[in-house]
Amino acid sequence: MMKSLDAVSRVPEVVMHRMRSAAPSIPDRGQSVLLALAVFMAVVLIGCAQVWAIEARREVRPDGLVLLHAEKNNLPIVEVTLLVKASPSDEPPEKAGLANLVAELLPEGTKTRTSEQISEEIEFVGGGLDASAGRDYTTITLSVLKKDIDKGFELFSDILLNPVFPEDEISRKKELIKGGLRQSEEDPEFVAQREFRKALYGPHPYGRLISGSPSTIDAIGRDDLLWFYRTFYRPNNSILAVVGDISYEEVEALLDRYLSGWKPGAVPEVELPAAPGLKEKVKITIDRSLTQASMLLGHLGIKRSNPDYYAVSVMNYILGGGGFASRLMSRIRDDMGLAYDVYSSFDSGMYGGIFEVGVQTKNKSAKTVIGVILDELERMRREPVTDAELGDAKAFLTGSFPRRLDTMEKIAAFLTVTEFYGLGIDYDRKYPQYIDSVTKEDVMSVARKYLDPERYVLVVVADLKKAGF
Amino acid sequence: MTTRHGGGFFRRVASQHIALLALLLCLPLAASAEVKEYRLDNGLKVLIAEDHKAPVATFQIWYRVGSRNEPAGKTGISHLLEHMMFKGTPEYGSKVFSRLVQKNGGIDNAYTTRDYTAYYQVLASDRIGLSVRLEADRMENLLLAPADVRDERSVVMEERRMRYEDDPQSSLYEEVVATAFKVHPYHNPVIGWMSELASIGRQDLLRYYKRFYSPDNAVIIVAGDVKADELIREIRESFGGIPRGPEKEPVTSEEPPQKGEKRIYLRKEAKLPYVMAAYHVPGFPDSDSAAIDVLASILSGKSGRLYRNLVRDKKVALNAYASYSGLNVDPYLFFIEGTVPPGGDAGDLEKALYEEIDRLKETPPSEREVQKAKNQMEAAFIMGQDSISFQARVLGVFEMLGDWRLKDRYIEAIRGVTPEDVQRVARRYFTRENRTVGILIPEGG
Repeated sequence: MMKSLDAVSRVPEVVMHRMRSAAPSIPDRGQSVLLALAVFMAVVLIGCAQVWAIEARREVRPDGLVLLHAEKNNLPIVEVTLLVKASPSDEPPEKAGLANLVAELLPEGTKTRTSEQISEEIEFVGGGLDASAGRDYTTITLSVLKKDIDKGFELFSDILLNPVFPEDEISRKKELIKGGLRQSEEDPEFVAQREFRKALYGPHPYGRLISGSPSTIDAIGRDDLLWFYRTFYRPNNSILAVVGDISYEEVEALLDRYLSGWKPGAVPEVELPAAPGLKEKVKITIDRSLTQASMLLGHLGIKRSNPDYYAVSVMNYILGGGGFASRLMSRIRDDMGLAYDVYSSFDSGMYGGIFEVGVQTKNKSAKTVIGVILDELERMRREPVTDAELGDAKAFLTGSFPRRLDTMEKIAAFLTVTEFYGLGIDYDRKYPQYIDSVTKEDVMSVARKYLDPERYVLVVVADLKKAGF
Repeated sequence: MTTRHGGGFFRRVASQHIALLALLLCLPLAASAEVKEYRLDNGLKVLIAEDHKAPVATFQIWYRVGSRNEPAGKTGISHLLEHMMFKGTPEYGSKVFSRLVQKNGGIDNAYTTRDYTAYYQVLASDRIGLSVRLEADRMENLLLAPADVRDERSVVMEERRMRYEDDPQSSLYEEVVATAFKVHPYHNPVIGWMSELASIGRQDLLRYYKRFYSPDNAVIIVAGDVKADELIREIRESFGGIPRGPEKEPVTSEEPPQKGEKRIYLRKEAKLPYVMAAYHVPGFPDSDSAAIDVLASILSGKSGRLYRNLVRDKKVALNAYASYSGLNVDPYLFFIEGTVPPGGDAGDLEKALYEEIDRLKETPPSEREVQKAKNQMEAAFIMGQDSISFQARVLGVFEMLGDWRLKDRYIEAIRGVTPEDVQRVARRYFTRENRTVGILIPEGG
């Protein structure tokens, strides 16, 4: 949950009406994914008057790399996304932050280029080349004008195949990451998230920051980085999507030219400790000199592979995922004026998930707001949702699909993530059916199964005296 | 583009600076949409850019009213009014607008700036008629129910707490801007000062709404999978009958030249000190603005001077940025800033920031650096075209400056910038007398 080092938490010159988009961003939720896996995949929009298809092609290469390609010629750009199945779940806990540091260091020096040369070359052509580790996987992205694809792909393959992990860059990066963590401490939402996940997941990788902590970061040596890189950065452990003004033949030519030196290898299975689970309410309070209480309330959720995922999506939309259409927003913001933003979400990953309700409200309203949240959780478990709520939720989830695939960048990310979560050959036909078949009883059933107003973690970062804690 | 602080404008200053620069380009691409322009008798201007690559479209309406127009004692009223625009008309009750849009799989949102307030929806293109009807209705018939005014005022106060009061860098920014501008209304934050926000009542909002929300003070911008000649008919039907508004009083305040350095210190709960320097600079269409843009670009990015020299080599900054927004209606500021690393010294960072400026005064940048800036802007513009929202925003921003076609003039200016131009503007504007400096001093924690 680390705040990006390059991000400025700074007032914008504009002030937005609402903070959170009602649509969960793709590709984490993998909503409305339509893929027909065969030699050709057609991605079809459901819920629109017109049918609109992206043709995407899937191939498993001899080295095990899954290649996904979609040609789009509306603009002379190419977007490349490589998903490597390397994440904090693959690192030893005492070296937490290893996956992240490896990703951060890929562009910081190769056999033939220094860190400065790499950034100069890609920025000179106005392209982007980034590597970052997420909770379940690492992504390396290249964004470049078609005319520069050769240079761009060469740089991309250079950082992928030939990173050197120079000692001085390692020390420098560690200092930047630790400094960034320090600065993130200023952000009450960051602090709340960190405590929340730790309380829910304990020693499980989902319980810690992707960047690690200062002591574990310090424990990482160059040998560790090399080991991690050599073990997990393998073509048979990766998915590559290329989208844009580029033909399949051109993509093959690039792979042959630049990635033929990338060798497959055995990749160890992940073994994870079980999440501890909650036996009772847990309350964590952190005192800060703030005008608002920043709060998180929640518990464990579901994995992405859970078949209840679709009913849960609908239920969550109604509860607090649907922005202004949601019950939490209606009550806490619209009716009571107590928050600018309040949401609920089921963050569903490969190895587990989290359910959380997040809100910021002035200190003295904190307890009132918690009461309303718990009330809404109970209500969802007790009463069926209305026909209107159900209909609206389904209409949004299916009808918003075109917007998730309306840029090449989104398409590239989407293709890799849906492949990663194994959403299936007939997912394109099944998804709208899954959503449309969700009934009021299903919504109540998953509410009872997955919402728990009795056993939860509550984290409050606030001026505790004013908040009454 | 759902960022913590909204708008996606300033999430990552380097790349977002580039995006801003990219806003200024209009490259004659075969793929770029042709813009059709219309004007209704009541003064409403309409711009439609067809783009048929996906069955989606964005409908936007931009009102020429922002924080710069606000009366004394009522700062924050433009933004509060923006919130109230979602609270319903007699025909479409509170929240009905958003609900309808979402039910159709779309999104809707709005934002307020110093100069304008923009409302937008992104929808499946065959549902765009919904936007037309809803926007026409709320231009004229906003309810402004007293209970809603009270609640929404409360919401905006929470927003202020979240974005500013509890965010040290944002608080510093607010202080620096308020110090830099002693006369011009850019002195005030868009969100408003807390006490003034709390004092805004229904009558204030109603007066403001009647004065500024009229067809002659608005521009409709549509980009995406629409047919312009069909859509304009629908727009005429819904908006054509709305009468012109009253004569708009222009903003006449001018910030006089700053004749001496201003310094402010802010003590706040924070972990690391922060340094921010702001310089008064002209904006587009001033002939210097393109060179200032290029100067900002040379300082920005991982291969830019600030990162190289301050973060990487001297290690006097954890992060460092330069930003210039040349697209304001009145002249604004150029910022150069950064975070002091743990164990570091704010004075060292401040000194290093000025050293970078001085270097550009002594020696022009290299041809390669200037070319890189131009390449970045060009690429960002082309990539931005993949998004209909970006396309609409480019049109809107220039329309607020007078005419969407002004973007064409800018590209020529950018392409014509030389290293000597960059040196010249560095010498002219980046002087000690012209700067306002803010230092965040962490307290407690």
